[in-house]
Amino acid sequence: MTTAATVRLQRKGWGSSGSRRSRLWKVVIDGNVVGSIHNKEIAELPVTPGRHSLEVRSMRHLVSPEVPFEVTERQILGFSCHPRSLSPIILPRWIVWLLATLIKNDLWIDLRPTTPARSSGVPTSMAHQQGDVKGDPTGAQREPSNAGSDMRTRAFADARAWGDTRAEPALVVNHLTKRFGERIAFSEVSFEVGHGEVFGFLGPNGAGKTTTVRTLGTLIAPTSGSATVAGIPLSPENGMEIRRRISVMPESPGLYLRLTITENLEFFAGLYGLQKVGDRVKDALEAVNLADRASDLCGGLSKGLRQRVGLARALLSDPTVMFLDEPTSGLDPVAAFEVHDLINGLREKGTTIFLTTHRLDEAEKLCDRVAILNTTLRTVGRPEELRAELFKRALIVKTHAPLSDADQVFKGIPSVNDWSSEGPGSYVLSVSDPEVAAPEVARSLVGSGADVLFIGEAQHSLEDVYLELIDQEAAANPR
Amino acid sequence: MRSLDTTRIRAVIRKELRDYRRNRFIFLTMTIMPFLFLALPMIDVFLIKPSASSAMLDKRLGAALLYMLLIPVLVPATLAAYSVVGEKEQGTLEPLLTTPIRRQDFILGKAAAVMIPALAIAYTVFGLFLATVWLFANPIVASAIFHQGPVLLTQVLFTPLLAGWAIWVGMAVSARANDVRVAQQLSTFASFPPIGLVALISLNVINPSFMLAVVLAGGLLAVDVLALRLVSSLFDPERLVTGMKAVRS
Ligand SMILES: Nc1ncnc2c1ncn2[C@@H]1O[C@H](COP(=O)(O)OP(=O)(O)O)[C@@H](O)[C@H]1O
Ligand SMILES: [Mg+2]
Repeated sequence: MTTAATVRLQRKGWGSSGSRRSRLWKVVIDGNVVGSIHNKEIAELPVTPGRHSLEVRSMRHLVSPEVPFEVTERQILGFSCHPRSLSPIILPRWIVWLLATLIKNDLWIDLRPTTPARSSGVPTSMAHQQGDVKGDPTGAQREPSNAGSDMRTRAFADARAWGDTRAEPALVVNHLTKRFGERIAFSEVSFEVGHGEVFGFLGPNGAGKTTTVRTLGTLIAPTSGSATVAGIPLSPENGMEIRRRISVMPESPGLYLRLTITENLEFFAGLYGLQKVGDRVKDALEAVNLADRASDLCGGLSKGLRQRVGLARALLSDPTVMFLDEPTSGLDPVAAFEVHDLINGLREKGTTIFLTTHRLDEAEKLCDRVAILNTTLRTVGRPEELRAELFKRALIVKTHAPLSDADQVFKGIPSVNDWSSEGPGSYVLSVSDPEVAAPEVARSLVGSGADVLFIGEAQHSLEDVYLELIDQEAAANPR
Repeated sequence: MRSLDTTRIRAVIRKELRDYRRNRFIFLTMTIMPFLFLALPMIDVFLIKPSASSAMLDKRLGAALLYMLLIPVLVPATLAAYSVVGEKEQGTLEPLLTTPIRRQDFILGKAAAVMIPALAIAYTVFGLFLATVWLFANPIVASAIFHQGPVLLTQVLFTPLLAGWAIWVGMAVSARANDVRVAQQLSTFASFPPIGLVALISLNVINPSFMLAVVLAGGLLAVDVLALRLVSSLFDPERLVTGMKAVRS
């Protein structure tokens, strides 16, 4: 790993500084999505030495040209990307998006190298600009920038990429197990969460998510295993010290219904022993857009608003690690969207968030990395990574009529490793590179006289990964 | 015992008092109950015939005063039971227990928040009783009451001690109970033994003496202090949080 090179990509905005609504852009290296980048962020991506290509895509079909590059060991290459200067003042963004969708070319995002190739250890010009991005031989320096800088570097938290120079992770969990008598809530769970990371803990009901949060939140003692929370070993004696540095938003927000929003927050500010309680409460309420409801009684609030008060409460003490237990469960889509927005805002501020959910879309939308739990930890990784890991790449082929001799057609194509039929005229081909295979398949099919309806790469959502894992589990432990 | 964290204790007290003020059930408990327990002794005092023998007079007045000692038992028992079960019902224990407050400070804050209104109510009612008797009762009856110096002193002294006992019992019971009513009934029953002892003294079954009162008061004080430890140990977060869950689901 120490010989890896690094691509350092900076995203410049439309000027609206750090807008929390800014959409994530996907960073694509060699055709694979390897990460995502927010407005005004710098992403550092480890790459193997050699030739690669870099591309940036927005969720809304804005794409950049594909830029080829070559790196040597330990080299750090700088790139910057930004939307083309179609000012949103003249053209509203939705028109830009509409045009992009219609025209769909690479006009819309500018991507270019910022630095000539440099050897490692020498700060890049970008690092100079930022002042907080240190030239680091391993490219593993991933501390969020200090508040003084508008830009920040977000950890693309890939456990393997964490170098030794990195500060201790926000959470380290080792073989943690909790049993309630005979019943196992979770077993042998191990993972790490980096500072500034939004870590998704995904699992069906009863998977042990809440119990994990309670254990890490010092409410209940693990049966075995160990953990470090916010840098402090989890033990009964360290409970107070850990609680000073974390905040937990439980599954049900737990507000005093006869107190106002402000009174609720004031009480908790008191419990955290905070100074300047008034200011803290005001800031927290502004962060969740509740300043105008400050004197409403909590008993009269909707579920979505209560959840927001819960978030404000979790923010009060400026915690090192925030635990959010199913923050959107039971909310309607609009309220859930607002909560997602707030969480994205927190991510931009660099708060480490441990978020449990049973909703895949939520994990995929909000989290840098996801762990899938069903009593035992099934897997940990970036959502895209999980998808790639779990599924071989495949082409889906549909023909008008079933092929008379499918085996002969497909076996004759060198880039097709294997095939199976999913019904009449529907085939799944296992391939190593869909882009090479697709034209070959098309040619062969046409050559054999078939009417081709569709050829495309199989797309897997996180949902597929999830179901696949849960299925594997069910097969392994039939109940 | 480590030093107290007054900032956090004060935060708890302030919040509890706010909550009581706005809780209709608690507010009614704090207003109606004292009047009930003031009315009966008052009626009794006004019905006593001044011609009764002095022994008889003492006995009836003793009973009336004793009756008023129910206030510092029943009011705090109810409040204390609510103060824990109310948190459970609103699901606030879980966020609360993840903040850096020591269990002991949390419990002391809660106890103080019960003690303050309980004492205020008990002493107000007692004062009201004495004032009414002094102003309106038959002078013979009135002077009989005001001659019972030690009894009045006992009343003043035992009010906080009994309240303390009732608070600990109420909190201990409700730490384990999940229903306000069950908690209140149990804690009310459980807080009667000391009042029984006081009753035996007042009714001259046990010969009252200054020594006895001092011993009894000292005993209660010791129990109240020890109870803080005991109740703290009952406030096991794991049990509070997961026990509640088990009942709910
Ligand atoms: N207090 C408890 N006593 C016994 N079993 C429990 C308790 N709390 C949770 N469990 C069990 O532990 C498992 C995990 O529960 P939980 O952590 O609440 O799951 P999740 O939050 O993922 O839905 C479940 O099987 C549940 O029944
Ligand atoms: Mg749960």
